[in-house]
Amino acid sequence: MRIKRVAALAAVAALSIGMAACGDNGDGGGAGEAKSFAAGSTMEKLNKAQKIRVGTKFDQPGFGQKGLSGKPEGFDVEIAKIIAKDLGIPESKIEWVEAPSKVREDVIEQDKVDMVVATYTINDKRKERIAFAGPYYEAGQNIMVRKDDSSITGPDSFADGTKKVCSVTGSTPAEEIKKHVKDVASQVVLFDTYDKCRDALKGKQVDAVTTDNVILLGYIAKDEASFKMAGDNFTKEPYGIGVKKDDTAFRNFINDTLEKSFSDGSWKKAWDDTAGKFGATLGAAPTVNRY
Amino acid sequence: MSVLIDKFDVFAGGFLVTLQICVLAAIGALVLGAVVAVLRISPVPPLRAVGTAYVTIFRNVPLTVVMFFAAFGLPALGSNADFLRIPGLDSIFKRLGTDLPYFRFALIALVLYTAAFVCEALRSGVNAVPPGQAEAARSLGLTFGQNLRHVVLPQSWQAATVPLGSVIIAMIKNSALVGFFGVVGDLSQSADQLTSAEGYAFIPVAIGISIGYLIMTVPLGALLDRLEKRRAVSR
Repeated sequence: MRIKRVAALAAVAALSIGMAACGDNGDGGGAGEAKSFAAGSTMEKLNKAQKIRVGTKFDQPGFGQKGLSGKPEGFDVEIAKIIAKDLGIPESKIEWVEAPSKVREDVIEQDKVDMVVATYTINDKRKERIAFAGPYYEAGQNIMVRKDDSSITGPDSFADGTKKVCSVTGSTPAEEIKKHVKDVASQVVLFDTYDKCRDALKGKQVDAVTTDNVILLGYIAKDEASFKMAGDNFTKEPYGIGVKKDDTAFRNFINDTLEKSFSDGSWKKAWDDTAGKFGATLGAAPTVNRY
Repeated sequence: MSVLIDKFDVFAGGFLVTLQICVLAAIGALVLGAVVAVLRISPVPPLRAVGTAYVTIFRNVPLTVVMFFAAFGLPALGSNADFLRIPGLDSIFKRLGTDLPYFRFALIALVLYTAAFVCEALRSGVNAVPPGQAEAARSLGLTFGQNLRHVVLPQSWQAATVPLGSVIIAMIKNSALVGFFGVVGDLSQSADQLTSAEGYAFIPVAIGISIGYLIMTVPLGALLDRLEKRRAVSR
């Protein structure tokens, strides 16, 4: 009997949720434009639901940072808005989900988000589990040092085994710098956030912080008296948009949208309003990779 | 689950680093904890107050906060914990002697935090000794130190071993935090590494590091059970 009662309750709950959703569609979708997509596609599903869940960083200055407004702000966020707009979904209907580096593949696979725009470097290992649209930006790894330090000029400065460098656990830059140091255990410090690396650099426990140039520029912009860049970018980090591995139609749609934004200026405007404020140069639009 | 075999060396390396920090922290915590326990039961009121204050602070502050103070507070005070670069010891535990201070910072935090619990476990053992024993020793003219050494501590040890073991087991599990405070290559940081940089699924990796911790904690627990049984027989 108990099981039946629970089942009945569940049914009622499901019904009421369903009705609430209908109600939402009736009066809330006014801002959305009427668009038509191929039946059964992700685009149609999202457009019909008038809702999209976007995974992004909440702690990445210039790309996705949640401030006092309670909504994340940054270049990744603007890119997600451009895509949502093309799907006919108003900005207010985007649900932002925090996607820190280590769960990005998981949230896509488990259908917790519809796409991930989170300084997400395209690489082959990740392509085994998910698919990438884009790139929409090409960053590069660089090194930040204390302002008065001229002994580090590039990744090769770590080869003699004396200089210590900090990065974030599990990130691509951390893996890259391990190739340039002599001894990982005595030269590399890994934290879970770049803020801790910055403090360690300031406190002189480490001599350098390395990651993508745009992230470092964010820190330098905040504290120009203490930090500076050492040398030029030494890698290419194409940022892509993560979607489900087999959803080629959605990936193509995002690629089309990105190309449109490159040519109509909305891509450049998104940059100038966000990460561009730190003095990072945008460069020419990257070529999307339709693999 | 292939990650457990493919990346066995990563798990093994992580196990070794975690084992090193646990061995060092256990020794440090037992020594410091014993000192604090003696302070807490000493007949001199100011010393008692110091011991009580120590336990009150370190038992009640979250370990993460203690870690933060060690890893970011000590550098702000200009210390890289270089006093822990003990000659001889640092050739066995290589991480103690590196220029990077984070292994030492994490060790300090673990020791300070765990010592408070060690102190309380020892004190509960002391309290388990019937008061008549200490009174009899005192009436024989034994000093406080002699009293502790010959009468009270040997008896309290029996009652304290099991709670002490539980404290050390908790400490081993607490050591999972050090990977988030700059120690590269311990079990938990290795897991982080495998899942986020190399893209392995989380569950198999979590199972792998759990095995690593269990290898340390289960034998310790079994040993405690045996000690307890033997004690039950001897009584």
